[in-house]
Amino acid sequence: MVDLRYTDEQQAFRAEVRDWMAANVPAEPLPSFDGGRAGFEAHRDWEARLNDGRWGMVTWPEAYGGRGLDLIRWLIFEEEYYAAGAPLRVNQNGIFLLGPTLMEYGSEEQKARFLPPMATGEEIWAQAWSEPQAGSDLAAVRARAVRDGDSYLLSGHKIWSSRAVMADWAFGLFRTDPASERHKGLSLILFPLDAQGVSRQAIAQINGEAGFAELFLDEVRVPIGNRVGADGEGWRICMATAGFERGLMLRSPARFQMTARRLVELYEANRETCTAAQRDAVAEAWMAAEAYALSIYATASRLIAGGSIGAEASLNKIFWSEMDIKMHETALAILGARAELLPTAPAAGDVGRWLDGYLFSLAGPIYAGTNEIQRNIIAERLLGLPRG
Amino acid sequence: MNFAFSEEQTMMADVVRELLARECGSAALRGQMSAACSFDRERWRKLLELGLSGVLVPEDAGGLGLGGADFVQIAEACGHACLPEPLVDHAGVVLPLLADCEGETARAALTQSLETGALIALAHPQTPWIVAANAASAFVLPGPDGLRLVRSEEVRRVQQAGIDPLRQLFTVSGEPAAGALIAAPGAMAALLARAAERGAVFTAAELVGLAQACVDLAVAYAGERRQFGRPIGANQAIKHHLASAQVKIEFARPVVHAAAALMPALPEGVPQSVESRARVSHALLAAGEAATLAARTTLQVHGAMGYSWEVDVHLYLKRALSLTQRWGGPEHHRQRIAERILSAPLGPDRLFPQVAKVTGTTPMKRTA
Ligand SMILES: Cc1cc2nc3c(=O)[nH]c(=O)nc-3n(C[C@H](O)[C@H](O)[C@H](O)COP(=O)(O)OP(=O)(O)OC[C@H]3O[C@@H](n4cnc5c(N)ncnc54)[C@H](O)[C@@H]3O)c2cc1C
Repeated sequence: MVDLRYTDEQQAFRAEVRDWMAANVPAEPLPSFDGGRAGFEAHRDWEARLNDGRWGMVTWPEAYGGRGLDLIRWLIFEEEYYAAGAPLRVNQNGIFLLGPTLMEYGSEEQKARFLPPMATGEEIWAQAWSEPQAGSDLAAVRARAVRDGDSYLLSGHKIWSSRAVMADWAFGLFRTDPASERHKGLSLILFPLDAQGVSRQAIAQINGEAGFAELFLDEVRVPIGNRVGADGEGWRICMATAGFERGLMLRSPARFQMTARRLVELYEANRETCTAAQRDAVAEAWMAAEAYALSIYATASRLIAGGSIGAEASLNKIFWSEMDIKMHETALAILGARAELLPTAPAAGDVGRWLDGYLFSLAGPIYAGTNEIQRNIIAERLLGLPRG
Repeated sequence: MNFAFSEEQTMMADVVRELLARECGSAALRGQMSAACSFDRERWRKLLELGLSGVLVPEDAGGLGLGGADFVQIAEACGHACLPEPLVDHAGVVLPLLADCEGETARAALTQSLETGALIALAHPQTPWIVAANAASAFVLPGPDGLRLVRSEEVRRVQQAGIDPLRQLFTVSGEPAAGALIAAPGAMAALLARAAERGAVFTAAELVGLAQACVDLAVAYAGERRQFGRPIGANQAIKHHLASAQVKIEFARPVVHAAAALMPALPEGVPQSVESRARVSHALLAAGEAATLAARTTLQVHGAMGYSWEVDVHLYLKRALSLTQRWGGPEHHRQRIAERILSAPLGPDRLFPQVAKVTGTTPMKRTA
């Protein structure tokens, strides 16, 4: 039955999160984790601090550093997290993507080995799926894992791996059956980024920071036990992971609700020069964030009741990525001539981080599966249109 | 009535295009970026050798004595090449402004610039950040007692870090009495107003050129890049994105060209009627929208490549971001469109300004 009231326990939980964040969130924003070692390590320290408070991942079982809470509480946690201005999660690929994947498909040993240091930030994870010739067409993966006794030897060329310049481990998609094609014969395998045979090449992103890396693997030896799930099951598992990425976990509504709030604040601060059309755009941004949040609450409730999320994740991905661009575009329009200035420019005034946020928002329709691919999925799998 | 460029007009732009293809390709831009120098004197010299700085300057002052329609395709070519040097400002706005001034000082500076290639920059209230002020030898600065021409040693330049990696931006100020007065306050307002019209039109042309460069880049990439066993450009999603961007460009370009044609050869002044102002604003708005859409589209078509520093996509995206905010920005120009449609006669016979002069009547009644 629909009842849009938080319970007393949920309210108490919110208060608890709020108090902890008030006492622990760094007063000054941390330096970017893509900008260099110092920023990266500052974010790692933050992960450890979160974990000390058992806030690293509230939905995880207690045995792995979590609190075993449901998705509604996770949403409440996220709301308080973003409202407090807490740092971005440097281990997001671990905690939001690989974590849930291991929970579902990993062995007990893998969970025990990998989840605790993931929760503390001791091991920061990168996703190593894409290859130069396998972007949207991920099933074209060529990197291979060759059996050698109790080991795999990993070889190939991965690219666009976020945070892999400084991360500790990666979860990669490899061809374990050399005779296989497309979706068959692929496996998900975990490997340390400092292993012998791994060379990393930083790739500068649009803002000049080395936010992703190219990985060249030459017979990197890892134990068979680093394969998640059965041999050849990689594709199915990765699609489940991608569902987390596009859907719920990676982009919780609170992030956009905060962007909407900051946008309203920007509008108020610049009201005298703003037009009615800009006011409307700000209002649209706020409505979009509300709609996204409501939709996610509905999804969370459905999942708690035992439902599952499949191709619907593609709907979310399109909605949040387009909303994010629109919000930042509106902010830049309000900033007018100052929109192109970096925050360090003497005349920048209150430009804040809108410009950097705008550039990052433009990646939204590309990563986690491009929006063209998501639209194909929606049209074909949700709407049942003929396949192209 | 003939809305087609002459052979000479197109030829001049072709020469510029060819020079830029040689001197301002991707490798050259990247070299310039790593040298953190947004002004390449050698390229500047080669561009000026074509006589570009004097296109809009009257013949008696040593220029070619041409009008906006002669310069507009040149400005487009500069946008297409993502040219770092502020040729469009210098030749399209600043030198015409000097030619527009009465008196010897302005004329002497103009002559000297035409001869030596010295860059002169303008601190216009509607475009607060001056491109490549560190390379300019003199500045036109508005002040309380009028417009002053100030040598670079006498100004204070403050760099304003911006997003365009190929351009360095500055604010520039001088002592109230620095340099020489080139226009009294009354004349200054008119001069700055005319400069703003020229600036908006030629910036619009740069944006249209830039938009086309984005589509060109994406079309080439979509034909080469293969996924799922075929070029990504074989997918309708990609085709439609690019077709939509091209439609935007095609319906911005004629507006820009018509607006440029409003700028007569000097000494005739830039028209300041509500109609011509709206045409100029329309040009800047439409070109800005086309450039923004085209830049975003090319990023999307390039996938993660487009998000990386190594591919040129971001250079265009950032230049578009910078140019669209110049000369008052979009809201200012929307306001001017509103003024036109709410205050002056409308109708199919009002497309060009001349009709009003001929008949002097209101051909169509405004209906409530
Ligand atoms: C910021 C960022 C972070 C990333 N982080 C990671 C990471 O950590 N790990 C990782 O493995 N990867 C990562 N990626 C890579 C990302 O997964 C790929 O960029 C994405 O899958 C698209 O692949 P591509 O870039 O090769 O583009 P392509 O697949 O070459 O696509 C180019 C264009 O063609 C379109 N297209 C392709 N096929 C079709 C089709 N069938 N129908 C319609 N249109 C089509 C695309 O939508 C796109 O517009 C990241 C990317 C970005 C931008």
